[in-house]
Amino acid sequence: MRLELVKRPEVSRVMMVVSPVLAVGLTVLFAAVVFALQGKDPAAGVYHFFVEPLLSPWSIEQLIVKATPLVIIALGLSVCYLSNNWNIGAEGQLTVGAITGSILPVLLPEFVSPATLPLMILLGALGGALYAAVPALLKTRFGTNEILTSLMLVYVSGLFLDWLVRGPWRDPQGYNFPITIDFNEAAVPATFPIGPLYLNLSAFLALILVVVLAVTLGRTLKGFEIRVLGQSPRAGAFAGFSAERMTLFAFMVSGALAGVAGILTVASEIGKLQPAISPGYGFTAIIVAFLGRLNPIGILIAGLVIALSYLGGEAIQTTLQMSSKVATVVQGMLLFFVLACDTLILYRVRLVGRAPKEPARA
Amino acid sequence: MLEAIILTVITAATPLLLAAIGELVVERSGVLNLGVEGMMAMGAVSGFAASLTFGTPFAGIVAGALAGMAVSLVFAFVTQTLVANQVASGLALTLFGLGLAGLLGEGFVGTPGLKLPALFIPGLTDLPVVGRILFGQDILVYVSFALVLGVSWFLFRTRAGLVLRAVGDNHGSAHALGYSVVRVRYLAVLFGGACAGLGGAYLSLAYTPLWVETMTAGRGWIALALVVFSSWLPSRLVVGAYLFGAVTILQLHAQPLGLGVPAQFMSMLPYLATVIVLVLISGNRRTTRFNTPACLGTPFVPDR
Repeated sequence: MRLELVKRPEVSRVMMVVSPVLAVGLTVLFAAVVFALQGKDPAAGVYHFFVEPLLSPWSIEQLIVKATPLVIIALGLSVCYLSNNWNIGAEGQLTVGAITGSILPVLLPEFVSPATLPLMILLGALGGALYAAVPALLKTRFGTNEILTSLMLVYVSGLFLDWLVRGPWRDPQGYNFPITIDFNEAAVPATFPIGPLYLNLSAFLALILVVVLAVTLGRTLKGFEIRVLGQSPRAGAFAGFSAERMTLFAFMVSGALAGVAGILTVASEIGKLQPAISPGYGFTAIIVAFLGRLNPIGILIAGLVIALSYLGGEAIQTTLQMSSKVATVVQGMLLFFVLACDTLILYRVRLVGRAPKEPARA
Repeated sequence: MLEAIILTVITAATPLLLAAIGELVVERSGVLNLGVEGMMAMGAVSGFAASLTFGTPFAGIVAGALAGMAVSLVFAFVTQTLVANQVASGLALTLFGLGLAGLLGEGFVGTPGLKLPALFIPGLTDLPVVGRILFGQDILVYVSFALVLGVSWFLFRTRAGLVLRAVGDNHGSAHALGYSVVRVRYLAVLFGGACAGLGGAYLSLAYTPLWVETMTAGRGWIALALVVFSSWLPSRLVVGAYLFGAVTILQLHAQPLGLGVPAQFMSMLPYLATVIVLVLISGNRRTTRFNTPACLGTPFVPDR
């Protein structure tokens, strides 16, 4: 018995929608297996992990809080992946964006004005973009593999943040804890009531970015350039597009968005800098980008789905006394299933038995 | 002092060498498996758990290799049978492996582990100066060198090695000649998984005999960089791994000297060194192009 792939005459539109749904379904199924293997009731596990966080306004707010940075980062990554640039260092660009964005509230705490937060976001975007420009320039100048360099810079930025909050930026009144001073109130994004929910400014920003990206990718020449260079650099060259400039552009866009996500996370969720500022948003956003089929609307939905896994991880910790690490496992499984199911878009999968022996003829 | 430094360089270099030699074979067959970090984490936690369960670190070695193979099989299925994107699948393997290792290892955090014993050969190990360095290492150090020699011999002196390289350089022709591209690549990926698992097991059995979630600390990625550094030649891998081992140890030894450089900046060294080395290597395009497997990372669907 083996699987055989038969190329479809054209891309299956049905499967483009079915594949992510199927991947999520398989993930839920396998999550149930994980729960059972850990000696828990799989039905209760699935309920607490995937359903319960959707039932109260408070947890829906949390869901949106978690989804916001994921969506913002994944939007940038989609530009990279569509143009065939492999930026996997978004976590580092997030960290640097959080640091540069925090310059104002940490070093100039008396600067309290309506311009504080916009300036912080701008500085965050700038920091992330410049940090992402490093692997991009190394790729275009020296042909250095951007996957490895962008990832190595994640560790460097994490250590730099660690030094910063333990050294020069440490709060002198912080009892020696590795934290900066608390951000002033002008540096914290406001929340707005929408129906029963109180939503953070960041969530609205994420929605705006989804629309901007959707229009850019679908309706502008730049969007066309991104996709052409990704699918066929040769064809792109004939159209007069420069793959090198695109590498720098894609990296800086995704770095800027990761930086924005970084400073927004710090400002709205923590209110100061500390050694650990993100539960791996930069890496999880890679899953979001692929689950969303590198499409802005898809990424919005995918961001909410993945955010659910963070909340689910916390929920089973309290209700079933299980490890929150289950969430990471579920996220990893989901990416595998997404990639595996995407095969169905281009291929028909057939299960073939061993070739039957010619029957002996009498 | 010097002897102590050399001994620690060996322990820092061995996990890198083990993981990288496996990935070298994988990439020579034309597959890019970015999941080394995840496979190492699985090897580390499984090795640790098995050594405690069976009461001997040697069980940990076997379990580490098997765990690495088990998760690499998932990668092989997704990328070879279902021809999914190898870069994304490798990232999935890293995320999944790190997550699963964290989950499995949660009960072991803080438990002291069993250390892999160093060999002692009467007469040889007692030799002055070189005795402990050459003849007093643990078994996995010798395994790492045996693997380098074995892989060298296999790739360039055997027929099967020639087939593997052919598959990596031109899968269309290899298929036309009647070799099963997918089967060769499955085997290569499994071998890579076993090696990465061994590298991980080395971390939790010899480097620091305990389990912490962040114990791989990017070593899987450094191993991937080493394969590029070696320009896919096993012998250069040894040079690279020991250079990086030296950089890692340099920062550990420099910290107590109090050079005035903050510890975090010293800890950045291995990662920055990786970036710099990659830039230097890729700057010299002729050597890289010549040895890079031509089909690296491209999926293959047999047409029939």
